[in-house]
Amino acid sequence: MKHLLKGIAVGLAALAVSTGAAMAEPLKVGFLYLGTPGDHGWTYAHELARQKVEAHFGDKVETTFVENVPEGPDAARVTRELANTGHDIIFGTSFGFMDPMLKVSKDFPEVKFEHITGYKRSANMATGNIRFYEGRYVQGIVAGMMTKTNKIGYIAPFPIPEAYQGLNAFAIGMREANPDAEIMVIWANTWEDPVKEADAAKVLVAQGADVMAQHTDTPAMLQIAEKAGLHGFGQASDMKKFAPNAQLFSSVNDWSHYYIEKIQQVMDGTWSTGEGPDHWAGNTWKGMADDYLVLSAFENMPADVKAAAEKAAAKIEGGYNIFTGPIKDNKGNVVVKAGEALNDGTLWSDIFFYAEGIQGEMPG
Amino acid sequence: MISLTPRKEIPLTLTLMTPLVAIALTLVVGAAIFGILGYDPLAALYQFFIAPVSRPYQVADLFVKACPLIIIASGLVFAYRANVWNIGAEGQLILGAMAAGFVALTWPNLPGPVMMPAMIIAGMLGGLAWGMIPALLKTRFNTNEILVSLMLTYVAVLFIDWTVRGPWRDPMSFGFPLTPMYADAALISRVELPGIGRLGQLHWGVAGALIFALAAWFMLSRSILGFQVKVMGDAPRAGRFAGFSPAMVTIMVMGISGGAAGLAGMVEVSANIGQLQPDISFGYGFTAIIVAFLARLNPLAVIIAGLVVALAELGGDSAQIALAMPKVVTGVFKGILLFMLLAGETFNRYHVTFSLPHRARMQGDSDA
Repeated sequence: MKHLLKGIAVGLAALAVSTGAAMAEPLKVGFLYLGTPGDHGWTYAHELARQKVEAHFGDKVETTFVENVPEGPDAARVTRELANTGHDIIFGTSFGFMDPMLKVSKDFPEVKFEHITGYKRSANMATGNIRFYEGRYVQGIVAGMMTKTNKIGYIAPFPIPEAYQGLNAFAIGMREANPDAEIMVIWANTWEDPVKEADAAKVLVAQGADVMAQHTDTPAMLQIAEKAGLHGFGQASDMKKFAPNAQLFSSVNDWSHYYIEKIQQVMDGTWSTGEGPDHWAGNTWKGMADDYLVLSAFENMPADVKAAAEKAAAKIEGGYNIFTGPIKDNKGNVVVKAGEALNDGTLWSDIFFYAEGIQGEMPG
Repeated sequence: MISLTPRKEIPLTLTLMTPLVAIALTLVVGAAIFGILGYDPLAALYQFFIAPVSRPYQVADLFVKACPLIIIASGLVFAYRANVWNIGAEGQLILGAMAAGFVALTWPNLPGPVMMPAMIIAGMLGGLAWGMIPALLKTRFNTNEILVSLMLTYVAVLFIDWTVRGPWRDPMSFGFPLTPMYADAALISRVELPGIGRLGQLHWGVAGALIFALAAWFMLSRSILGFQVKVMGDAPRAGRFAGFSPAMVTIMVMGISGGAAGLAGMVEVSANIGQLQPDISFGYGFTAIIVAFLARLNPLAVIIAGLVVALAELGGDSAQIALAMPKVVTGVFKGILLFMLLAGETFNRYHVTFSLPHRARMQGDSDA
């Protein structure tokens, strides 16, 4: 009996030591960045989130990031390199990493892959995104109330679903606040190019826009607005320091909640790709209600506009679906019927229209 | 006073030494920069040049990365030997990839033995056609091929961008700018040896690149065309007396270098990407210029030079992962290497003498 007890005690001690050792081994987390944290926009937001991951988990994680990863074979090679150097979970933070990561994920079944903003999954690759468009609805309301020329400038990146979600949400908000306002869109065909973005902003200013919004990543447009004494909205990170008098607010991406949640799941052994019969339900897609998307302080606007912005933000956090019908396109056709609404699936397939208030023809 | 006198004969040892000295100096300056940036210089050099090839699959990665560089640089050698400055290989690569992609996407059901040769020919013709524009403008209107070929690169970038967003976009891609994936017959397969299996990501295009470099070397050193190219480059007057047409040589070398770049584009897409997208090259066409000069315009040496430059690229990623070193350092490294090579070229071609000005005057030294 004594021996048995002793044996159990030794066994327990050994177990404690071994779990202790397992705990001491940090979980290795890798990040692929499209640009550099110095962009003050998209990649910077991911870098801030990575730092929050380190602050949250402390010694329990070890993070690595690789910046300026081109969206092609190099992305596959870097992903493979991260997998080969013992990373347990790898986050790819750009759409173009999708197919390269998908390929590599099949060679490393024990590693977890997380792809941001894409739609393809595998047995060990999950997808995640932020409801960026929610912030743009609030922007639209503020822009509609702020404009004196009734002309709003909008710099769009590429004609993809995410951009149409944002543009149309903006237009819906704008028309709710001001039925006479019109949006002039310039498709910059880039995510990040300060020169092109600044040129687009100058064109919009010359055409009479007095409020500008952007879906591109650098503060270039806001700097033009600041110089011209106009207003605009920041993107991805808080851009106040680049345009202290022009910025109305920024839609700030906070990826840390997503990263921390997913890393915790790996630690707990509960991580999954979310793949099921309904593809889009498996996409982790959260917004303002979960602080994935955060609006920076409402500034440089009168009290009534600020109150309207706060009301709109609260409405969205309460679960309001911006894409509730009836929604008309800019030619008067009903694209979403009364009593219907676009959902998480159709927001990716049925979003290709210009909502009322957007000038011109769709590209392509 | 420093004076440069052209050497009448360039010793072979000097020719061979120049790139080696340039690489050595690049390492020294690189190590100094790492030190200034606060990294352990030896650890950084290790990450840059040894860590990327410390495992077998990584050696395969090195060859995969060098593959387009070797193909493009083997072609560029012809142009540069003839003093025709084709700077637009990047655009020629894109057009080659698009031409091959056109075949793959238009006739996806072609059987393998037809598909692959058709894509190779289309790829070469695409690059060749894009190279013909600056060639014909130069021979007809005496335009500057450096400017025209460079500017056409930007045209090519916009052209592929437009096609993958517009007419060639995959209807199933949710509006994202991608063409459909190529059929299996249009993909270059990974090398798989009986009993050993796959060698990492090594694909058959790499074997093609090595054969291409050998063929280029043979053509340049053993064929009449190669002789014409060299004569027109070294002594155009003598070439004209011999009855060689400068216009013809210009067209030939632009065709060869453009075709090579187009082939590289076809190989890169078929082996590594599998579909067309807005970005397919990431500057291979420009990096290959460094490779061609590092190889001293010799297609056999291009193979080694291509591997060296590819190593520096892989090293940049490895240094990022292991030491959190910013990616721009890779660019700085490439810049220093090119600078050292061009500086070495000067010492190679010229004899350098140092002298005091008044002494030179006293002795009536005409070199001063």
